[in-house]
Amino acid sequence: MPSNKSVSDAPITQFINCRILRDHCLQREDLWVRDGKILDPEKLFFDEHGYADKRVDCEDSIIAPGFIDVQINGGYGVDFSQACEDVSSGISFVAKKILEHGVTSFCPTLVTSPLDVYHKVLPQVKVHDGGAHGAGVLGFHLEGPFISVEKKGAHPEKFLRTFKSSGLGYLMETYGGLDSVAMVTLAPELDGSQSVIRDLCQKGITVSLGHSVANLSQAEEAVQHGASFITHLFNAMLPFHHRDPGIVGLLTSDQVPAGRTVYYGMIADGIHTNPAALRIAHRSHPSGLVLVTDAITAMGLPPGRHTLGQQVIEIQGLHAYVAGTKTLCGSIATMDMCVRHFKHASGCSVEEALEAASLHPAQLLGISHRKGNLDFGSDADLVLLDDTLNIKATFISGEEVWRK
Amino acid sequence: MKLIILNDYDQSSEWAAKYIRNKILMFKPGPDRYFTLGLPTGSTPLGCYKKLIEYYKTGEISFQYVKTFNMDEYVGIARDHPESYHSFMWNNFFKHIDIKAENTHILDGNVKDLQAECESFEEKITAAGGIELFVGGIGPDGHIAFNEPGSSLVSRTRVKTLAKDTIMANARFFNGDLSKVPTMALTVGVGTVMDAKEVMILITGAHKAFALYKAIEEGVNHMWTVSAFQQHPQTVFVCDEDATLELRVKTVKYFKGMMHVHNKLVERPPSMPKKN
Repeated sequence: MPSNKSVSDAPITQFINCRILRDHCLQREDLWVRDGKILDPEKLFFDEHGYADKRVDCEDSIIAPGFIDVQINGGYGVDFSQACEDVSSGISFVAKKILEHGVTSFCPTLVTSPLDVYHKVLPQVKVHDGGAHGAGVLGFHLEGPFISVEKKGAHPEKFLRTFKSSGLGYLMETYGGLDSVAMVTLAPELDGSQSVIRDLCQKGITVSLGHSVANLSQAEEAVQHGASFITHLFNAMLPFHHRDPGIVGLLTSDQVPAGRTVYYGMIADGIHTNPAALRIAHRSHPSGLVLVTDAITAMGLPPGRHTLGQQVIEIQGLHAYVAGTKTLCGSIATMDMCVRHFKHASGCSVEEALEAASLHPAQLLGISHRKGNLDFGSDADLVLLDDTLNIKATFISGEEVWRK
Repeated sequence: MKLIILNDYDQSSEWAAKYIRNKILMFKPGPDRYFTLGLPTGSTPLGCYKKLIEYYKTGEISFQYVKTFNMDEYVGIARDHPESYHSFMWNNFFKHIDIKAENTHILDGNVKDLQAECESFEEKITAAGGIELFVGGIGPDGHIAFNEPGSSLVSRTRVKTLAKDTIMANARFFNGDLSKVPTMALTVGVGTVMDAKEVMILITGAHKAFALYKAIEEGVNHMWTVSAFQQHPQTVFVCDEDATLELRVKTVKYFKGMMHVHNKLVERPPSMPKKN
């Protein structure tokens, strides 16, 4: 094929023989990429008289936007919450490994930790783009320590905190800085939380509600102040009650400001949420469903005892327990497994299953203008899948970074 | 004149596509010898384009050495508007085949100097050596390209105001909103098409039956601009049964009786590459 130098220095790639997820449906279209971005081939043709330098035969694969995991604690023996000197290489290691699950960007998640962990870990990792080295880091998800004692789950109680003063001051003191933070999970019933929510949102940080005993009106007030996510719905919150549905009630609340969507994380591993509960959530609020793995250290590791934060956990089959108890403390599911399980359990379409792992998390984080879709101009972060949604290859910025 | 009568839309589309395929193959185009093809838009040629794409995909033909000239384009709608003829050609034909952008020509209805655009289009056709085969469709009022009733039969490429009938017919593509339908277009003239070595007109459906009757059984008339091709030495009308409803039985029988001869024109030429 002739060189396209006359048109642009960057080579143009055309993915052919594929079905691409665009405008909420799979379409038989070629996908064009230049300079790491998805290209409008019609403009290329008429404006630049350009053509493809390289064709990639996708062998009838589905092409979906790369998956985005907004809650992942670690994997492959790495625990992001361990205050070691070199967390950044641990995160890089996991970032590379999760390419095979179709994840092209993620929020490394820290569970409730002592201050020195925050102060040591957060400065080590900056928000950065993905590539052959691994999935991109969108910023940390800080789950705790401003959460409820009653719903602490696997979080160590001695490190839980409450807001000692209003505003961001105390929060900054706790975390040591917010530069590389994308999301904070907190319990909205804690005194002073509403002003913190407002201030965090103003800084462009997503606020999630979770590990909480909030009632519905407290949750609604938090949403009105800017909170937009629910951390692992149903887990670590009050169970649904018909006179006070609690945080779960946000899915059908009429108090959500017009034009806003409340998203909710789902660990669709078949363990953390009963399939019937998953269906209740999906059917009542399909556009807010965000698949998360909540994966822990042991994801990718064999069964046995492993360390999560300050605690020891035990892997039995697909379950991860606080050692010696039956308390679930995170999953060992991979994102591609969650997509498949979600589709199977909810009976949703392929499109919906894929968007729950791509478009919805991108919308949640406010980055859907560049990620989570295959629109012209978006980053060419892609997954190639077969019809049963097994990952065949992963691309970041148009470059192949993993192939089965 | 040849009149090709097929049973239905699909068969007439396939016949037309095979005819174009054979014309290109027999021309033996190459780097110094481009086949020049005039092309229409609209719903009628869609089936024909689909077939041509199929022939490209099975390796029967290539458009590498084909230059195309489109008949017309609206004035004043964005090029990437879904109803622009640029979008039509891209979505229904160009993106599926191996044609090079620089070999496609569609009038630009967004330039400042529309007249100059039309003149330069004529020049490009001349520079390409004229059109080998001009394919066209017609409206129910017998217009070819946007040469509305009353257009000069020796007209060249120019700006044309659309007839009320055409605007109303097109409103369905613009959410039924008459105010959104372009009222002007750039179009090749009847004379421009007449200059082609060969012209193929596709006419299908009962709603075009009266136009076909006017085109071939009545005299040359500028109120039915397609009738001008009675004067062209090489014209093929390809139609379906429905489009013949207004023709005389005698006419239909005469041309149907010749189908065994005409069908030879669309047989696979011996030189054609084998299917993959």
